[in-house]
Amino acid sequence: MTSTTAELRARASAGYAGVAPIRGQGIVAAYAGITALVLALLMVFGLLMKASQAGLITVPANRFYQLLTAHGIGMVAISGLGGAAVMWYFLSRYVSLSPTILVANLACFLIGVVLVLGAIFVGGFAAGWTFLFPLPAHSQGAWGTGAAAAYLIGVLVVGVGFLLLFLDTGRAIIAKYGSLGRALGWPQAFSNTTEAAPPPAVVASTVVTIINIPAIAVGAVILTMSLVNAYAPGFHVNALLAKNLIYFFGHVFINSTIYMAVIGVYEILPSFTGRPWKSSKPFLLAWTATMLMVLAVYPHHLFMDYAQPTWAAVLGQVLSYTSSLPVLAVTAAATLANVYRSGMKWNLTAGLLFAAVMGWSVGVVPAVVDGTIAINRVMHNTLWVPGHFHTYLLLGVVAMLFAFMYFLGLRTGASDSALDRAGFWMYVIGSLAFASAFLAGGAMSIPRRFAVHLDPWLAIDKWGALFALVVVAGALVFVVRFLGRVRSVSA
Amino acid sequence: MEQRIAVFVSAILGALLLIIFAGVARSAGATASADVVATAAARWRKTVLWTLVLLFVPVIGYSLTKLPYATSGPTASVIVVDATGQQWAWTIKPDTVPVGKAIEIRVNGADVNHGFGLYDPNNRLVTQTQAMPGFTNVIRHTFAAPGTYRVLCLEYCGLGHHTMFSQIVAVAAQ
Repeated sequence: MTSTTAELRARASAGYAGVAPIRGQGIVAAYAGITALVLALLMVFGLLMKASQAGLITVPANRFYQLLTAHGIGMVAISGLGGAAVMWYFLSRYVSLSPTILVANLACFLIGVVLVLGAIFVGGFAAGWTFLFPLPAHSQGAWGTGAAAAYLIGVLVVGVGFLLLFLDTGRAIIAKYGSLGRALGWPQAFSNTTEAAPPPAVVASTVVTIINIPAIAVGAVILTMSLVNAYAPGFHVNALLAKNLIYFFGHVFINSTIYMAVIGVYEILPSFTGRPWKSSKPFLLAWTATMLMVLAVYPHHLFMDYAQPTWAAVLGQVLSYTSSLPVLAVTAAATLANVYRSGMKWNLTAGLLFAAVMGWSVGVVPAVVDGTIAINRVMHNTLWVPGHFHTYLLLGVVAMLFAFMYFLGLRTGASDSALDRAGFWMYVIGSLAFASAFLAGGAMSIPRRFAVHLDPWLAIDKWGALFALVVVAGALVFVVRFLGRVRSVSA
Repeated sequence: MEQRIAVFVSAILGALLLIIFAGVARSAGATASADVVATAAARWRKTVLWTLVLLFVPVIGYSLTKLPYATSGPTASVIVVDATGQQWAWTIKPDTVPVGKAIEIRVNGADVNHGFGLYDPNNRLVTQTQAMPGFTNVIRHTFAAPGTYRVLCLEYCGLGHHTMFSQIVAVAAQ
């Protein structure tokens, strides 16, 4: 299954024409186009919030928390949609996926988005993207039961779409490889078979499929329980159980967006470097290890819930240190080895992919630090948290999605301009600086999710707002450029 | 102290990673045998892996001796403070405590999840726990210096979240 160097070079020079999937190409382009638009909108929301916290503009508290809710749930969902586009595009080269299911997922997504946006900006719903039980039913008059229901049902519908998609990827993978274990490369990882291992895209897609099905099912359970509670307050749910369900669902799903998007690194980067990305034994073992650990690490979100059993917190800390490493280590090491003295020529696609792996790697450091209970005690729910997740999401998964958009553009014969390159540097440097401002705010103990900041915090907020502006400017270059090409891409 | 450790470790390792990635990016225009690079990379990967294992084991082990959770019942001399979060105010009784004495802060939420964040007079977060409906989370803390310690909400709890300020005053023991 692994391509040779000559084949990879030829594929690069042909802009991947001829190896793209025949069916579903237009739908993938629609996914990418919607992803580009929504990312731009949500980044502007983020800029508005940061500018308001800095005192540069005035956003009323109710509107601020609506923007916060929309930014959070929107980024999680659109990272999922964009990641699904990357995964589907490349996985469809190896297994027979259903374009109908791909359309069904998009339809569910759009229906869900309408419900969620209506709940937030018409109904005033502002319980945060994590909808921590029982906040949706306790608004103090800020939003009604109908708005809470629209939000919960909207997220549920989006989840149903993704569940359909992952059931289809699971079906197609099993049909081709015989079992999920074989698609994970277990025969190659745990025995001396000479049979070729599945390609990296299949291994990663299998992990995404396995972890997301239970995650979405659990998410559906707590969404439904919250919905019932909104209409029947007598229906009580244990608040600690609810948190466990929410964070299991949220942690697994957001991590899976990285695992989906990183398939683009495995599939695209080799076409620039001419060095195939191999499903080596360490690679296969790393993905299996990560799959198991990512399902059990979520208690690190609950370190400050002292009522949680201590063993669960200890497990959360140990796995925080170990779960992030396997896939990241093999991906980062292989990316560096793939690029080092490869004789490659940089363009926006390759640059963004490389920067994304860098952002993922750098962002994991403060995340693991925060995964230490003794440090989490003074960092939890401060700006340290958005500091680390903006590093590996903004400069990790979102950079991978922009890289995929530029990659799709290559098929149209497009080339990078000086504006593209300016956008690249604005985005990369701006993201690092923006995330650093968040981290500095966390080190100063500034709480996250505060609509109004105290005077001593405003200086760092102003730096954050400035860097956010730079990031948004860079991202808008990518978005406008891709939307200009999307019609040709889908043809 | 913990904040400084977090910043120091993140800055050093983050900068190291940035330097490595920048160095490799600059090398990309040159050429070398893919097999030679792959062999060297495998060696590096193994070295980094074992370095991290050797680093992580003592760090995890030591840090787990610093857990904030109360593992035994209160001593007879402990001073109990009850703190309840409710949209959007704290009820803290008593709100004045002596310096140097063991304090047990029993935290809960009356309606939704809140976060009890205790800030020292320099606005530095000292400790925290979640204030949850149906549960009492216990913080054991000894105030080292007199002053006004602010209490902020550290879990988003609705539109008045950022207004949930209160305080505990630590006074020199008589």
